[in-house]
Amino acid sequence: MLLNEFLFLGAILFCIGVYGVIVRKNAVLVLMSIELILNSVNINLLAFSLRNGSADGQTFALYVIAVAAAEVGIGLALVLLVYRNSRSISLDDLSEMKG
Amino acid sequence: MFSATESAETVLRSGWFLENAWLIPLMPVIAFVLIIGFGKKMPMKGSEFGIASLVASLVVSVGAAYQWIQRVDGAEPESFVAPVIKTWTWWESAGFSFGIGQHIDGLSLTLLVVVTLISTLVEIYSVEYLRGDIRYTHFFGALTLFSAGMLNMVLAENMIQLILGWEIMGMCSFLLIGHWWEDGANSRAALKAFFTTRTGDIGLLVGTSVLFFAANAWTQKTLGISGFTVRGLSAWALSGDPGQAAITVGAVALFIACIGKSGQFPLHTWLPDAMAGPTPVSSLLHSSTMVVAGVYLVARLFPVFFTGMNILGTNLNLIVLIGGITIVVAAALAFVQADIKKVLAYSTVSQLGYMMMGLGAGAWMPAVFHIFTHAFFKACLFLCAGSVSHSASHHSFDMKKDMGGLRKFMPITFGAWIISTLALCGVFPFSGFFSKDEIIDNVGHNGYNLFMVLGLTGAFLTAAYMTRATYLTFNGKPRGAAAGAHAHDAHDAHDAHDAHASRGPHESRLLITIPLMILATLALGAGFLNPVPLGEKWERMTRWVEPRAEVISPTGISAVASGPGQGRVFIESRTQESKSESPCGTSTPTGGICVAPKLQHAPFKWSKALMSMLIVFFGGFASWVLCVQLYGKKNPKLVGLTKRNKALGTGYMFLQNKYYLDVLYEKIIVHGIAHPIAQAAYWFNQNIIDGVVNGFGLLARKISGWVYRNVDQRVVDGTVNGSAAAAQGAGAVIRPIQSGKVNQYGALLFGAAAIGALILVIINT
Repeated sequence: MLLNEFLFLGAILFCIGVYGVIVRKNAVLVLMSIELILNSVNINLLAFSLRNGSADGQTFALYVIAVAAAEVGIGLALVLLVYRNSRSISLDDLSEMKG
Repeated sequence: MFSATESAETVLRSGWFLENAWLIPLMPVIAFVLIIGFGKKMPMKGSEFGIASLVASLVVSVGAAYQWIQRVDGAEPESFVAPVIKTWTWWESAGFSFGIGQHIDGLSLTLLVVVTLISTLVEIYSVEYLRGDIRYTHFFGALTLFSAGMLNMVLAENMIQLILGWEIMGMCSFLLIGHWWEDGANSRAALKAFFTTRTGDIGLLVGTSVLFFAANAWTQKTLGISGFTVRGLSAWALSGDPGQAAITVGAVALFIACIGKSGQFPLHTWLPDAMAGPTPVSSLLHSSTMVVAGVYLVARLFPVFFTGMNILGTNLNLIVLIGGITIVVAAALAFVQADIKKVLAYSTVSQLGYMMMGLGAGAWMPAVFHIFTHAFFKACLFLCAGSVSHSASHHSFDMKKDMGGLRKFMPITFGAWIISTLALCGVFPFSGFFSKDEIIDNVGHNGYNLFMVLGLTGAFLTAAYMTRATYLTFNGKPRGAAAGAHAHDAHDAHDAHDAHASRGPHESRLLITIPLMILATLALGAGFLNPVPLGEKWERMTRWVEPRAEVISPTGISAVASGPGQGRVFIESRTQESKSESPCGTSTPTGGICVAPKLQHAPFKWSKALMSMLIVFFGGFASWVLCVQLYGKKNPKLVGLTKRNKALGTGYMFLQNKYYLDVLYEKIIVHGIAHPIAQAAYWFNQNIIDGVVNGFGLLARKISGWVYRNVDQRVVDGTVNGSAAAAQGAGAVIRPIQSGKVNQYGALLFGAAAIGALILVIINT
């Protein structure tokens, strides 16, 4: 059982995702990074599902995929609207909420 | 004579069309999808899909009917002929399994042939009648889906499938009545039709559920089929198992649904208003097919009503009563209508009353035969009315203002109208005679004497109001639009194609007259499928359609028959020598089950037929004389009589206002019951609840005054000011975090999550 390897892969993906979310200025790339984070979680779920011999983790992973699809849909729609309004998808330009 | 223990086996013939009759409703459904999806791009705007699918359905129906006739003729006389049944599991839920399939026997085939034939003709007619209409494609879509709904209901194998078809029809009826919804009256009529039939539909759901829970245990145990199935319910009703209360409640609830759908008194008020739809709709939906759905349901589940209402054991039951009242009440209303379609609508209501009365009195076969003949002549009458308004009266249906004298201009329409009118009045040898007279005759034969008199009264009234309509439309001098006036243009957009409008009244085009001719031929000849006066040998419909009351083994109907020669029936006991001693319906069958009660047929007597003919002729003659005096010669003694004579005036007002039933429903039930409840609720709201609220308010104000002076000003304000100062300080510190930069928020989020994870790890280790 390659549990450690799976978890390691998940952790790497997670870190890449977090890095992308924090550093990237392009909204689309931030969305992609969030997808990476979600999928790293999926890998963890699948790994433990295999180890425990239970289908629960796989079911969860399926849910996560469905939710991620919906999230990307909404996220891209937001990006599109933002682009229409401000002709840019750079996150630095979107600081109207500054306190 | 057979011995009691011996089992006889009959092998019944079958065929491809019988086995695949489920295709009949499926093809219009596919056509509907095609029309909605691609109709607008097609050269004929989608109508070709509808017509093609209905022609195909017609072919399958006729093929199936032919093979059914072979099946019946191949069986032994008087022995039970098993219906051709197919089922698939539609869906399963919580241990209940719902099937979908076909239940093909003589009754369903009769309706299948009628519905497919009339649908086809009406769609062909509509191609011309609605040419250039704004919602032409949608019209054909709804019309085709409607046919599919009716066909599905007719061959339904179980009650759930029947409800499906029933509801599709209700919806399409709404769409089609409100086809020209820009006019407020039309959409109101559509809503009225929908809500009125929905009121009755509650009964359908209640009745189906009651019967299911009462019958399911028995049908599962004896037949191995669900308590929703038509054959299961039929066998159960005659088995002696049902308690009288359950089956009576179920039958009454189902009958309420039939009252709504079939426009029986007192829920008939929607049907005349439904004439707001285009004429082909009136012809198909509101004369010959959809409104027959209620009658069909009673005929289909006849054993349930037979036992539930104790049909042969009494001389008064709910079905006969409602049917009898409907005949006379609706026929009387037809006299005060100026709109030709409304005359026909009330006539339809009245004829449906005959069918109900026949079924309620145990005259099953005449009632079913009346469905068959009535469909032809009533569809024909409506299409004639449409032809008149299309080509002569400029889209007006007002007989008094815009018609008259059209006999010379429209010979084909006039001929078709006269044939159908004679059939409707029941004049020998037109088709109505063979069905209507049989109903009246059998109702009397089964002991319902009062209702026989009502039937004869109805025949008299029918002859009279149809004579009046004929006189006003086709005789005398042209008036209004028929004479060339252009006052009545209800549908200007619809009128754009009327290049012929300036030519005055003329005969309609072939696409309209051909369906008229076909239907008129059938109105003339269809009666000869079951002419009782000519002797038993001629009664073909009775032989093919009437279910035979024989005790059969449960496998006879529970097994699914498939493939030629497979429809086997095992006859358990044939102890009876004579057919009239079949125990079905009168006593509990032993050693088997019954699916149809044994019914008597009244022996035909020319004296009785002659009497009813005389009544019809007298009605027609009296009405003709009156019409000539009133409308033709404008006899001053008669014109305005209803205004001078008080008793007649009251009667006229009573009829003019449709017995005030609409007033009852709208003013008394809706305004009188719903409004007082709303008023009372409002009063309660204003006085009680508001009083309570106000009282609390006053009390609260007093308390709060004290609190304000003592607690608020001194204690709270001090605290608030202090905390505000603290918050301001904290805000100054935290404000930079709210930078508006998403990345920074992300970093904070993950940082916090990381710290949280770290704490978890530390705690857990």
